[in-house]
Amino acid sequence: MKEELTSKQEIRRKTIKAFVGFGVASLVPVGIWKWIKSSDRLDYLSAPLRKTLEFNEKLTSKLLSNSHLAPIFSKSQAERKVRFNGAVGLQFPLSEDYKIQVQSGENKFEVTINDLKTLPKQEIIFEFKCIEGWSQIQHWGGVRFVDFMNHYKIGQKDTENLFEYVAMETPDGLYYVGVDMPSAVHPQTILAYEMNGKPLLKKHGSPLRLIIPVKYGYKSLKRVGKISFSDERPKDYWASLGYDYFAGL
Amino acid sequence: MQKIIHKHSLAIRWFHWINFPLLFVMIWSGLLIYWANGVYKIQVEETLIFKFFPKGFYDFLGLSGQLAKGMAWHFATMWLFTVNGILYVLYTMISGEWQLIVPTKNSFKEAWQVVLFDLGISKLSPPQDKYNAAQRIVYTLVIIMGFGSILTGWAIFRPIQISWLTNILGGYKAARIEHFILTIGFCLFFLVHIIQVIKAGWKNFQSMITGFEKVD
Repeated sequence: MKEELTSKQEIRRKTIKAFVGFGVASLVPVGIWKWIKSSDRLDYLSAPLRKTLEFNEKLTSKLLSNSHLAPIFSKSQAERKVRFNGAVGLQFPLSEDYKIQVQSGENKFEVTINDLKTLPKQEIIFEFKCIEGWSQIQHWGGVRFVDFMNHYKIGQKDTENLFEYVAMETPDGLYYVGVDMPSAVHPQTILAYEMNGKPLLKKHGSPLRLIIPVKYGYKSLKRVGKISFSDERPKDYWASLGYDYFAGL
Repeated sequence: MQKIIHKHSLAIRWFHWINFPLLFVMIWSGLLIYWANGVYKIQVEETLIFKFFPKGFYDFLGLSGQLAKGMAWHFATMWLFTVNGILYVLYTMISGEWQLIVPTKNSFKEAWQVVLFDLGISKLSPPQDKYNAAQRIVYTLVIIMGFGSILTGWAIFRPIQISWLTNILGGYKAARIEHFILTIGFCLFFLVHIIQVIKAGWKNFQSMITGFEKVD
């Protein structure tokens, strides 16, 4: 460290200058704080923060590809008591003639669980991750979403391109999610009708739910009522309450 | 004329004071996130020693029920925290100031003298360069902890896209615990740091703003 002889005046001048500079600089974080707090809200979240989440999505979704698989576990590691954490959209009794409504462009039709069971079954045992911070190894079985799309020839905007988003909602329309297409066609994304080798329980989304390991659990919609495709971001229950839309892991 | 000693370069002062609000926001928003699944506790067999955190803690600091807000702040501020940390390390490397900070061979022996002296147990004043042995160890450790926080943070932020990192750290649950422990470490560092700054007095504190200290 360097020593120096300096006049008292010079010390005084330097000290005042430094403190004034420090005071002025301290206003910067206060200003940023106030700016973020007073900015318009985009789905319950201050615009600069929402924009940053979208930036994070753009940056990290470049890393996502079908080669990034969620780690897989063995059956013996799967939790027997699967945690239950959300009942929005499950309140009403399911109608007798429950069918899943599908819409892709002009193509509109209905499918039953039995229709889906004719497609190849895919099982997955992975660590389910809730945005709250807990996680659990769970065992699900159903049909790959990409197989479902290919079988019914849906999701295609034209001969070359897929739609950009998949929208799903419960039969009562009270819970709904939007998922970007690369995540929807990820090989581990399934429409599940089984949990631990048995038909789904009501609280876990019977008769059919989405299981999408590359996202936080709130995207894994229970009790699928409608499936549709679009290029516009579909509405999303939790994203509209201030959470990240992408929710990718 | 008065003798002064140039203690902290302008760059160091900027890095230090920029880091202060950034680390504050990271810990505050981290607590908003942790609240949603605040399950960690210290327990010896059946006896609960301490729960992180009692309900009154969240209530007192107003941390309850703001998970979405916490995540948004955390995942925005992380960039600034990371950039500031990287620039600090690069600066100390390029300027050579790292030599004043990184522990030397003797630091680990001398650190005990510092601890005993600071606690008033020993009268033997330990050698003091810009930083003494204990400061060297802690100021280096806290930087390593910062990078540990960034790594464990990414391991829980994108556990599938960078699953190799999550695996190295022992898995998703382990990485979350590690991230939490590091945060507790920062809080302990902060506590000791504040006590030491108060003990060292105004002249020392002032030098972190002006850069120099008057020598009597």
